[in-house]
Amino acid sequence: MNKLGKNLVDIGYMDTLSAGRSFLHKLDARAKLLTTVLFMAAVVSLDKYQVSAMIPFSLYPIFLIGAGNLPAGYILRKTAVVAPFAVFVGMFNPLLDRQILFHLGSFGVSGGWVSFLSILIRFSLTVSAALALLCVTGINALCEALVRAGVPKPFAVQLLFLNRYLFVLTGEAERMTRARRLRSCDRGATAPRAFIQIVGHLLLRTMDRAERVYRAMLCRGFDGHVRVVRFSRIGRAELAFILGWAALFAVFRSVNLPVILGQAVAGAWK
Amino acid sequence: MHMADALISPAVGGAMWAVSGGLIGYGAKKVREEADDRKIPLMGVLGAFIFAAQMINFSIPGTGSSGHLGGGMILSILLGPHAAFLVMASVLTVQALFFADGGLLALGCNIFNMGFFTCFIAYPLIYRKLVCGSLDKKRVLLGAVLAGIVGLQLGAFSVVLETVFSGVSELPFKTFVFLMQPIHLAIGLVEGLVTAGVVSFATAARPEILTAAAERTPLGGSVKKAALGIAGAAILIGTGLSWFASADPDGLEWAMLRTSGQEALESRGKLRGVLASWQEKTAFLPDYSFKKDVSAAEAVLAGKAAAEPGAGGKSAWPAVDSGTSAAGLVGGVMTLLLAALIGIALKKRNAAA
Repeated sequence: MNKLGKNLVDIGYMDTLSAGRSFLHKLDARAKLLTTVLFMAAVVSLDKYQVSAMIPFSLYPIFLIGAGNLPAGYILRKTAVVAPFAVFVGMFNPLLDRQILFHLGSFGVSGGWVSFLSILIRFSLTVSAALALLCVTGINALCEALVRAGVPKPFAVQLLFLNRYLFVLTGEAERMTRARRLRSCDRGATAPRAFIQIVGHLLLRTMDRAERVYRAMLCRGFDGHVRVVRFSRIGRAELAFILGWAALFAVFRSVNLPVILGQAVAGAWK
Repeated sequence: MHMADALISPAVGGAMWAVSGGLIGYGAKKVREEADDRKIPLMGVLGAFIFAAQMINFSIPGTGSSGHLGGGMILSILLGPHAAFLVMASVLTVQALFFADGGLLALGCNIFNMGFFTCFIAYPLIYRKLVCGSLDKKRVLLGAVLAGIVGLQLGAFSVVLETVFSGVSELPFKTFVFLMQPIHLAIGLVEGLVTAGVVSFATAARPEILTAAAERTPLGGSVKKAALGIAGAAILIGTGLSWFASADPDGLEWAMLRTSGQEALESRGKLRGVLASWQEKTAFLPDYSFKKDVSAAEAVLAGKAAAEPGAGGKSAWPAVDSGTSAAGLVGGVMTLLLAALIGIALKKRNAAA
């Protein structure tokens, strides 16, 4: 299977996960969305030399994975796959910021390494939380949440359409590239000329499909307005979820728990 | 060219969210005004097309590397700038959700960098001016290449500004600009060539697609004014917020303030102060004083709770020195283990239920 096919299976798998039945899945999407945004704001607002204070925040993605019954290995792998840009920009920190911040034994650790580590932890926290959010919510529920949170409807409808036809067109693109590979004895990447032809044909098919979809919609009584189904509501569970996590984030953000824990352990050991 | 969550500060991320949100609202309003029913499914399916096309790589001759389509320009040509911007924003949103490309907080930045400059600057001010609705291959090529280059140069520059204003990365402005701009000159050239190729291919096969698209997208002067206005607002908001962001002391300065025994809490808001005093009261080791000779970093690494253990005599310092950072290290690992245990327990309970 080529990369396209793998991506397709991947998206399908996330869709499957979002159909789970844990209490997290049942929670209103707005609650999960808001809490995740708060989480991210709290994490990225920590200053750039913070490392230990970030660790407690891992509780949130871990909670989503655990309580949502998500495959932890899958989320971790997906998080690791997308790191390149953050690593690319972050890896200059150790080269540029060489001021020694502290010593571990006789080994001097520069500020650059600390901030690089901080970037990597930030990255894994925010990415894993976003992935877990999608896996316990699903794109349809997220779109509904967006509409109810005041996002312009044409945009939400666009997201829903995109999600619906993503599988169709990615599948089509996969078949086309597979056909090319079979005919070219798998000679690596597509030449630009062939690429233009493949994408050009895909575009023509896309336009045809759009026309067919439009006619099908007209047949079903489409009047220019797409209705988004609304079925969830903010109840006690949602409020408890938002407020509980917001309180935890506030504590994690202002108190460095790992240091307190470490000192307590050191004290007890002595 | 995706910005990542890990590299931006909340001020920059929030500002760009606001700007992109405003642009989405503006685009949605314009699309609604056009009231073209046919466009709703067309936009959706074209979004899926761009999504799929971006996954097909092509080899770039003579370099050994491969590239993929950006798509903003093709969308603008087929749908007009407003609808194209909405489609681009939706594609980036789905990529952020499914593949964690960029991330949710950086989504505003990414929509702006990859959607705004192509759809609202490069397309109306360069492509349309040069091509004027003509289907001539050479004009399409020239327009697409120039527009592609300008769009990506502006986008790349915007990535640099956002990264530098955020201050998470140490890359100085100049170095980063010299890294980003030349690379994106090449990428923009390739993007333009491929766009022109695909557009010419589609026109040769089905000329009516583009003529219909051209008729469907009237573009008055007011649009340009609005786009320029928004660009101005973005720059204003961006520079304004970055000024605030840099007025906030950065980690090291802040730690130095703390370690030199000065009160720095006032700059960090009331809640923080309340929590800190609460923390002082409940600290395991209540002797809460800072000495001048503790290195700044330890205080940061150990965080605000860098309450020093021991009675605080000068002689106790060497032990304390490594003590605080070690405490951070040990505590960090333990916290992580604890969090993982909670996760496993939750999972077990779920499996049992």
